[in-house]
Amino acid sequence: MDASTSAAAHHESHEHHGEHEHHELGWWRKYVFSTDHKVIGIWYGVCGLLFLFFGFSLMMMMRFQLAYPGHAMPVIGGVLSKIFGPGTMDGGKMAPEFYNSLGAMHGTIMIFLGVVPVAFAAFGNFVVPLQIGAPDMTFPKVNAASFWAFFVGAAVMVASFFVPGGAAKSGWTSYTPLADIADKGPHYHLIWNGQTMWILGFIFLITSSLLGAVNFITTIIQLRAKGLTWMRLPFFVWTQFVTAFLLLLAFPPLEAALVMQFMDRVAGTSFFLPTGLVVNGAAVHISGGGSPLLWQHLFWFLGHPEVYVLILPAFGIVAEIIANNSRKPLWGYKSLVFSVLVIGFLSFIVWAHHMWLTGMGSTVSAFFQTTTLLISIPSVIVLSAFFISLWGGSIRFTVPMLWATAFLPMFGIGGLTGIPLAFNSADLYLHDTYYVIAHFHYIVAPGTIFGLFAGVYYWYPKATGRMMNEFWSKVHFWPSLICMNVIFLPMFLQGMLGMHRRWYDGGQGWTIGNEHVWGLSGFQWNTPISWAAWTMGLAQIPFIINFFWSIKHGKKVDDNPWEATTLEWTAPNRPPHGNFVITPVAYRGPYEYSLPGREKDFTMQNEPVEETERTRRRPEPETVLA
Amino acid sequence: MISLALINQFLGQPPNASEHGYQIDHILEFAHWFMGALFLGWSAYFVFVLIRFRRRKHPRADYHGVKSAISTHLEFSVVLIEAVLLIGFAIPLWAKRVNEFPDTKDAIVVHAVGQQFNWNFHLPGPDGQFGRRDVNLVSNSNPLGLDQNDPAAKDDIVTTGELHVPVNHPVIVELSSKDVIHNFALVHMRIAGDAIPGSLIPMWFKPVKPGTYEIICGQLCGLGHYGMKGTLVVDEPNEYQAWLKERAELAGGAASAPPATQRPPGEPAQAGPTPGTVPPPGAPKVGNPQLPQDKNAAPSPSPSGQ
Repeated sequence: MDASTSAAAHHESHEHHGEHEHHELGWWRKYVFSTDHKVIGIWYGVCGLLFLFFGFSLMMMMRFQLAYPGHAMPVIGGVLSKIFGPGTMDGGKMAPEFYNSLGAMHGTIMIFLGVVPVAFAAFGNFVVPLQIGAPDMTFPKVNAASFWAFFVGAAVMVASFFVPGGAAKSGWTSYTPLADIADKGPHYHLIWNGQTMWILGFIFLITSSLLGAVNFITTIIQLRAKGLTWMRLPFFVWTQFVTAFLLLLAFPPLEAALVMQFMDRVAGTSFFLPTGLVVNGAAVHISGGGSPLLWQHLFWFLGHPEVYVLILPAFGIVAEIIANNSRKPLWGYKSLVFSVLVIGFLSFIVWAHHMWLTGMGSTVSAFFQTTTLLISIPSVIVLSAFFISLWGGSIRFTVPMLWATAFLPMFGIGGLTGIPLAFNSADLYLHDTYYVIAHFHYIVAPGTIFGLFAGVYYWYPKATGRMMNEFWSKVHFWPSLICMNVIFLPMFLQGMLGMHRRWYDGGQGWTIGNEHVWGLSGFQWNTPISWAAWTMGLAQIPFIINFFWSIKHGKKVDDNPWEATTLEWTAPNRPPHGNFVITPVAYRGPYEYSLPGREKDFTMQNEPVEETERTRRRPEPETVLA
Repeated sequence: MISLALINQFLGQPPNASEHGYQIDHILEFAHWFMGALFLGWSAYFVFVLIRFRRRKHPRADYHGVKSAISTHLEFSVVLIEAVLLIGFAIPLWAKRVNEFPDTKDAIVVHAVGQQFNWNFHLPGPDGQFGRRDVNLVSNSNPLGLDQNDPAAKDDIVTTGELHVPVNHPVIVELSSKDVIHNFALVHMRIAGDAIPGSLIPMWFKPVKPGTYEIICGQLCGLGHYGMKGTLVVDEPNEYQAWLKERAELAGGAASAPPATQRPPGEPAQAGPTPGTVPPPGAPKVGNPQLPQDKNAAPSPSPSGQ
């Protein structure tokens, strides 16, 4: 397998010179309009983290309205009113349409501008080529195009807050007909209105993901180092590989659906509009005959694989960190690999479990309930393998490990609470309640996002050559862990009370919201939740400062500070263009920690297998569990 | 009716008020026990491992780790329990909800038509026939456009916001919408269904406890969504008859719609409540989707979610 050298050759011809020094590249080409996978990865990472904080800030605003509905927001209410314009926060009080905008944009931004760019694009770009011993992605220019498409999409999304009428307000799912008829009328521009800009921005984001997915797949297939066979791939690479396929196959139907919704809004078509619609006292002049449910099918055909796009990279990061910090091989590597492949496949045939209440018959719903439960099996295998990997380890609680350890029970709660939701009969009660909100946030917030933080702390030394400050990392970790649970645990109670999501008044106006559980009414629970959310906002400040401060002032470390085994740690810190000084060759599996008979407790993938080792490893009597 | 909902009650679930509701509660309860057991088991193991195998206590890791097949057994038990929940409970339960509708002769049949931001109810009256509805007849006083020239419409009842049903009597609600998707959620009755324009989706339940219950709109439907509240009153039979009589007297063509609030000029199309307050029972203006089965009172369990 000669892939890496041919790629290197390709790369050199592409850059028209043989050396890896780049005197002729100016600052802009080197650090901004770069085609280097590491620079693109870091850009994705920084932008994605910023958007995570931005999306979270939108939620912090909503949390004020939920805890204190109808009150003027103190101190910053007036400022926000100036920023977002008339009709949003007049007098510091949040308008219901603005609340709906914030809700829709919170979901959109967190998922498509925050988690996907960081989990898939940033870590995938920065880490995958290094882990497989490649000099870059297969298509560096396509890679850059992917980032800039993301950038345009993000800019359009953010700009939509400032057009008349504000940003999209029909939920992050943009269900039709509501999304078709929203933001229309004499006071709205045909194109520059919230919902249409949401569609346009989204089309750019999808394009970005598709370009990235093609690149990841070809890179992982073509550019693996010599000796790096499929079953020697680090688990993280596997998760990125499956994620890329999910994006590649699930996004195009949504892109088509977005174009259809765009036509409905702009060109008067009726893809999603049935005959005889009467809105606000006036018949809508449309040809009709469309199906509102078609949109839901197309949306959730992406929407469910998307959930696994969010979680699989986190699985990968956590796996790397657990192996590294328990100082032993990942337990059940093969079952892990097959599990993510099965998850990838099954995630395409579960989407209708988001639509239990749309009048589904018994046969169709039996099918989707079965597939939904089937997908829990590989998920349980993955989680079990992580838990079992810890047994017999020599666990050191480094900062990345703290986050990875927290990930396990948090993801566990999220996964387990999906069980009742998988049954459509239980969903008759729980559908669209806060129970659902708590369930999926446990998977994405203290689940995926904790995994992302783990990854940032873990690979930071490779990107910068320096370690992030440990004390301030812990000041970031502990409050975040506690606040996450204070935020989301009570939401299960609110959901069991029957409180529904997307209530602008926080449930104050409903008798259900005034029922008591554990000493507080459903509505009153909003107050501790909101305070925890704001505290968690503060807890991110140490991270932000630490992140930038450590670039210049962090403790300097050598190339393999975690004493890890995978190939990215054989590259010099702040790897140069082309990555490796010596083209790496892999001789062994990814997690050879604590190999018996060795002084060192880690053996890197590029260390040749010794003759003594060969003989020692063969016979494996039962003495191991002594 | 077995009350077996310890965790559910502990987590604040309000009491059930319908005949089938305890079954829903059971599956929720079992799921919670199952989740609880798994979570506690995993947590106990997790805490033990983190303490037992911390670096200070266990400086050299064991290359091979766990050799036993216990995880396989665990995996199979999880699969088994999920299969029992699925095949033993979930699938039959749903089949009962969508395939075994009560006979329309014995049931109260009502059309619930959602609109931003209220519910309209259409009852067929003593003749059991729904009168014709026509979008051109819709007005402030006739929110569903009921055609008074249709003999079947003479005794029909149309109300807004509040629906009465008799206790211990099956109710079939056929859901649709004038404008966007709403969701008719009755948490006390453990039942919910989407109201989708262009579709007629039936659902049924049998209330067993008299009382007043909230009808929640469970699907984001615009800026007044949070205040889209209906009321379901479960009456004793004599109270129900009195309500029917009172409604029938009012139904002389002009139904029960309250006066419409005027949209202030310059407001976006979906004008609604003022911030921070729950809007008054909404003001239906006009409108009626051309329902495919206007005159057909028989519930069709056929899925429209294709």
